[in-house]
Amino acid sequence: MKLPYYPGCTLKKNAKNFEISAMAAAKHLGIELIELPRWNCCGAVSSLTSDDVMHHVAAIRNLVRVQQMNDDGILENEYRLIVLCSMCFNVLKRSNMLVTSNASMLNTINSFMDTEPDYEGTVEVKHFLEILRDEIGFERLKNAVRNPLKGLKISPYYGCTLLRPKEIGIDDAESPSIMENLIEALGGDVADNPYKSLCCGSYHTVGNAEVVAQRTYKIIEGARRNGADVIITSCPLCAFNLDNRQALTEKLYPGFKRMPILYFTQLMALAFGYEKEAGFDGNFINPIPLLEEKGLIGMKVQK
Amino acid sequence: MLLEKVEEISGENLYACYQCGRCTAGCPMSGEMDLMPNQIILAIIRNDESVLNARTPWICAQCYQCGVRCPKNVDIAKIMEALREIKLRKNVNYIDVRKINRSYPQIAIVAAMRKFTG
Repeated sequence: MKLPYYPGCTLKKNAKNFEISAMAAAKHLGIELIELPRWNCCGAVSSLTSDDVMHHVAAIRNLVRVQQMNDDGILENEYRLIVLCSMCFNVLKRSNMLVTSNASMLNTINSFMDTEPDYEGTVEVKHFLEILRDEIGFERLKNAVRNPLKGLKISPYYGCTLLRPKEIGIDDAESPSIMENLIEALGGDVADNPYKSLCCGSYHTVGNAEVVAQRTYKIIEGARRNGADVIITSCPLCAFNLDNRQALTEKLYPGFKRMPILYFTQLMALAFGYEKEAGFDGNFINPIPLLEEKGLIGMKVQK
Repeated sequence: MLLEKVEEISGENLYACYQCGRCTAGCPMSGEMDLMPNQIILAIIRNDESVLNARTPWICAQCYQCGVRCPKNVDIAKIMEALREIKLRKNVNYIDVRKINRSYPQIAIVAAMRKFTG
């Protein structure tokens, strides 16, 4: 299955291990993710004002690329655009929903992008997790596992943009289960967290790191009280706030113990037997000692 | 008048709010705010311009929790955005772009610039 894929800026720099591990996991499942040619930054956050058209242009231009891939024969009638980053997913899906329900807005954007083909509203923006659930299915995922994550207590962290607002979210906004099902399919144990969809402070990390470190504490302690060894996420900003900000959390809360934060695709790569591609050397808090202790890395994988 | 301006920019009907406070109860940032989200709505309805100087809209991280829980489907994140925009459109920035640490992830820098600068 060939699917067009939008990486977004952060997956090319701070979150390289998210992309590389996702590629390895997808390939193992028979999915070829083809990067959009000439993609551009989506804007990271959506403009929420009713009179702002300009800030949706960047998102829509990316959707035009999907149409072009079909026109150029790179894809055959495949208009589902796969996104890994939760924030890019939210932005692209929101802009797409806005223009497909507002013909005059779409017309304005198309007239403005006068060197691009018109966007025809044909693209469907999908998060990679949706493809795993709806296309592959958790049963097939389970059968693809070669190195089950036995004994590893994994806590899902959804954050905001994967679930909210309701019309964009990929699962129930208040009680999601998609990551829990994935963890079980990979052979791990689910550690629930009452704060699994509590905002981490998002872009406040730029000017108000303490506010973020406080939320980091709350979220990690919520997972720890439920026995978690590790937290998984699908957002590179949540990952930065939960992972790198623990250095500040440690200073604010004496006695606080660090917990590794991973992208869900890193654990998929590990469970599928691609330890190198999982990119565990790219995380701020080193997860390798924990994974060694659990006997999940450095072992011969049965092929 | 403020109410009209906020309604126009946000596209939201503020009179739909009946002050139940579920937005405030669910807000992960309410502890950092000087006015609670439901108080912000009330102040706007009263055309109280001082709300433009409140810390609250700048603390809102656009997590959409309030909108998900609002029994009247008021999208409060859009109202916070309208309050920010009234300032930003007059070229009053909330952060100094030159002071941003460039080692931060792009996603954080771009998002902060989109929300805090005009």
